[in-house]
Amino acid sequence: MVENRPFNTFMAYLVLAIGVVIVAFPVYLAILASTFDASTIINGNMPLTPGDQAAENYYRTIFVGASRSTREPVGTMMINSFVMAMGIATGKILISILSAFAVVYFAFPFRKTAFWVIFITLMLPVEVRIYPTYKIVADLGLLDTYTGLILPLIASATGTLLFRQFFMTIPDELLEASKIDGAGPFKFFKDTLVPLSVTTMAALFVIQFIYGWNQYLWPLLITTKDSMQTIVIGIKKMITTQDALTEWQIAMTTAVLAMLPPVAVVILMQRLFVKGLVETEK
Amino acid sequence: MDKRAIFSGKALPYMLLLPQLAITIIFFYWPASQAVWQSFLLEDAFGLSREFVGFENYRTLFQQREYYDAMVNTAVFSSLVAFFSLSIALLLATQADKNIRGAHGFKTLLIWPYAVAPAVAGVLWIFMFHPSLGTLAGPMRVMGFDWNPLLDGGDALALVVMSATWKQVSYNFLFFLAGLQAIPRSVLEAAAIDGAGPLRRFWTITFPLLSPTTFFLVVVTIVYVFFETFGIIDAVTGGGPSGSTTTMVYKVYSDGRLGGDLGGSAAQSVVLMVIVIALTAIQFRYVERRVQY
Amino acid sequence: MSFMSRTGILASAGVAAMLAASPAAAQIEIQWWHAMTGANNEVVNKLAADFNAAQKDYKVVATYKGSYPDTMNAGIAAFRAGNAPHILQVFEVGTATMMGARGAIKPVAEMMKEAGEAFDPKAYLPAVSGYYSTAKGELLSFPFNSSSTVMWYNKDAFRKAGLDPENPPKTWPETFEAAKKLQANGHPNCGMATAWVTWVNIEQFSVWHNVPLATKANGIDGFDTELKINSPLHVKHLENLVEHQKTKVYDYAGRTNTGEGRFTSGECPIMITSSGFYGNVKANAKFDWANAPMPYYPDVPGAPQNSTLGGASLWVMGGKKADEYKGVAKFFAFLSDTDRQAKLHTDSGYLPITKAAYEKVKASGFYKENPYLETPIKELTNKEPTENSRGLRLGNLVQIRDIWAEEIESALAGKKSAKAALDAAVERGNQQLRQFERTVSR
Repeated sequence: MVENRPFNTFMAYLVLAIGVVIVAFPVYLAILASTFDASTIINGNMPLTPGDQAAENYYRTIFVGASRSTREPVGTMMINSFVMAMGIATGKILISILSAFAVVYFAFPFRKTAFWVIFITLMLPVEVRIYPTYKIVADLGLLDTYTGLILPLIASATGTLLFRQFFMTIPDELLEASKIDGAGPFKFFKDTLVPLSVTTMAALFVIQFIYGWNQYLWPLLITTKDSMQTIVIGIKKMITTQDALTEWQIAMTTAVLAMLPPVAVVILMQRLFVKGLVETEK
Repeated sequence: MDKRAIFSGKALPYMLLLPQLAITIIFFYWPASQAVWQSFLLEDAFGLSREFVGFENYRTLFQQREYYDAMVNTAVFSSLVAFFSLSIALLLATQADKNIRGAHGFKTLLIWPYAVAPAVAGVLWIFMFHPSLGTLAGPMRVMGFDWNPLLDGGDALALVVMSATWKQVSYNFLFFLAGLQAIPRSVLEAAAIDGAGPLRRFWTITFPLLSPTTFFLVVVTIVYVFFETFGIIDAVTGGGPSGSTTTMVYKVYSDGRLGGDLGGSAAQSVVLMVIVIALTAIQFRYVERRVQY
Repeated sequence: MSFMSRTGILASAGVAAMLAASPAAAQIEIQWWHAMTGANNEVVNKLAADFNAAQKDYKVVATYKGSYPDTMNAGIAAFRAGNAPHILQVFEVGTATMMGARGAIKPVAEMMKEAGEAFDPKAYLPAVSGYYSTAKGELLSFPFNSSSTVMWYNKDAFRKAGLDPENPPKTWPETFEAAKKLQANGHPNCGMATAWVTWVNIEQFSVWHNVPLATKANGIDGFDTELKINSPLHVKHLENLVEHQKTKVYDYAGRTNTGEGRFTSGECPIMITSSGFYGNVKANAKFDWANAPMPYYPDVPGAPQNSTLGGASLWVMGGKKADEYKGVAKFFAFLSDTDRQAKLHTDSGYLPITKAAYEKVKASGFYKENPYLETPIKELTNKEPTENSRGLRLGNLVQIRDIWAEEIESALAGKKSAKAALDAAVERGNQQLRQFERTVSR
């Protein structure tokens, strides 16, 4: 703490409280919706205080399922979503920290070219090139596989750009000192860059995990087997946009439950956001 | 923007780049090149007949008045979303970075909204802002707003700007926070001892030291507003009323879906790519000079 | 890289799981991609499970592929990549696109004949099967879920406003009058509304009044069709809506059905929308309600004519093996079964597709207690269909509907006159039709 001024602290609380009220309101609304019956939700103007159907809704969602005749394999869907999200988060961190290391710390022919070849991919998300990508994944025989779910979604440069930005802020003296100690690139990478990047990695992991967890269009397109479907597809199946009756309360309860793994990741990763971790090294 | 101290290596840097390049080439350049090729074709949805038509798709595109409207919408929409999502996130991150009790809880609550699946978020926005069914629409009417995004283009634009900003605030907040953590405490303490107040410290020390993160977020946010907002627009307004929330990427999506107009949609993707590549190149060439590494 | 090998392992684990999950190899799998959500998703799963339990040779695998447009896109992308499903559910607006792709589909009538499955096109309700048949009467796709447009109204609100709940308005002028009275008696923000704005106010509107929506029998007789929706009747109707929008006697409720909740919540006492709204109304409306046929303008000769369909049909994709088509044919025969159709109809609220099922439900006295389910059938069969009312077959209809909605919104917001909006809707819509014609007619 640099200093302690009551007004400063008060302002911080005020700004954060307002921020939370505004930013987290939709989340609150989702939780609210999981405590009402379907009619209250569909008829609009939901009250802003919780209803009395929470126990019933959560019980039905977890133990009975929305359906009367068939039950969606929610467990399988959660596992698929988890594998996909983990694959995307770890895969992306791995490939991008390596490529950022290469473009920042090495001099080699075509370095500029490699840099631009990678950074142009910032520009076009999967959705816009989804049908040609589908064809390629089909040609490679990757439909209905985790590889097919994961790889196309990590083909973008955001992670590389993030690590590059971070590496650029690391003082050159660190590398010079490391070189004087006779350390090679691997040792420098392992002993200096990786420990320094922990906060950045944690942030990227959170974002990529959630990104993967929430994917809808891509898994929908490339999976045809129930054993490969993800939880977001499961939620969409419950929400009716056409004629049939939607059990809104069950859909919203499922949506709230589906938020728990990403939130757990946020809370876990926050442990890595520790002040001073970086400082002591500098 | 190069490092002074670097390694020299022959094979090693290529090995390091290999995974990223391989995935990029197979899952990005290959499909993207097909999109470019598609933009010169006239083809039915099933690919049963095709004809090479040169630049005809582009000519048709630039004859549409709606396309220029979409360009204007995109410019307005992206500058508003970029401005609000970055400034709100920065404000929240600097406050959450203070050593206050309960900071952990605030951080979690501020990142949490990012965990709402976009598929669900669209529904929530309707629950909130549908002109008559929305939870918040009632109070707004009481306060005297004639809130009707179904027919009023301005209301509809406000609605999609809010939804898109909301989604990106959590993202920007997280990375600003990570960036703030990396600023050495000692520098700030030294300035405080010199008598610099919090605001002055922020503008003279924190903000410049944060500039690499800010640069990253500006680039990413622009890409986000250009490309990844069509899902929200589709769920909230469907591009309406009368096209007043139709952005360029939403037009790509709506013209291309159902394969109605594969060539025209591909031509729009190419135009969009060229614009964003240009924007990003400008950022790397000019804006980055002001970034302090 | 270690990551690659990890996903490799995961992938092979996935493949192994899939192999383990697939049962006896002798069964032929029939892939059925659909867009049914909520309660209807369960109906689909149950139909597949019942068929699979009823015989041993084929296994129908039903897979949800997203919204109607998503499902259609998935089917098209799969076809282009060479692994299309056997059965693809396509909504009615995609009919022209599917028909235009003769090389990609297998006409249902042809498939049933080749498979030797008993099939009598006359067994189906003509208003239903006609929509999915060629001009010559060959059935191309199998009607699955069909609905029509009806007027839902709040009987309690009618009583309060001094209107007779047993005699709902029949014409548009009467409907607007009723809406005015309802507005004055507790419904200030909305006397009446329509969901699916273009389907109700342009497509069904034209058919119901026996006026052309487009030339060439609304596109059924050829792709070189041109829009006719800027006729004086269309302009008059839109002018009426614009005028009543100003006072909220009529209130615009959006392009899709998201505004339907305004009826069940009691805010809008009259809602003109799909007959498929039935399930929602039954479960969520906390008041006395009923439905009636769509209104019409009494000065139009011959009105009301008959209504046409919404919903979706099952298309059989081309290029599959004869064995597989046999399975699909068996499945369609299974679906056509009279008892099954009758049950589907009474459970889901969608229309029956065979005459026998309709007669059976009628004989059971079901409509006495549930007249609401018969209203759309009565509309569909009100008169012998004419050139203007057989159905419609316009290419790029999704985009065209968006264009129409944009122009209607401009008129309702007061930015354009009704005439100018519909003129623009015709001009921009015709461009879409010409483009579609160009891509399919080669």
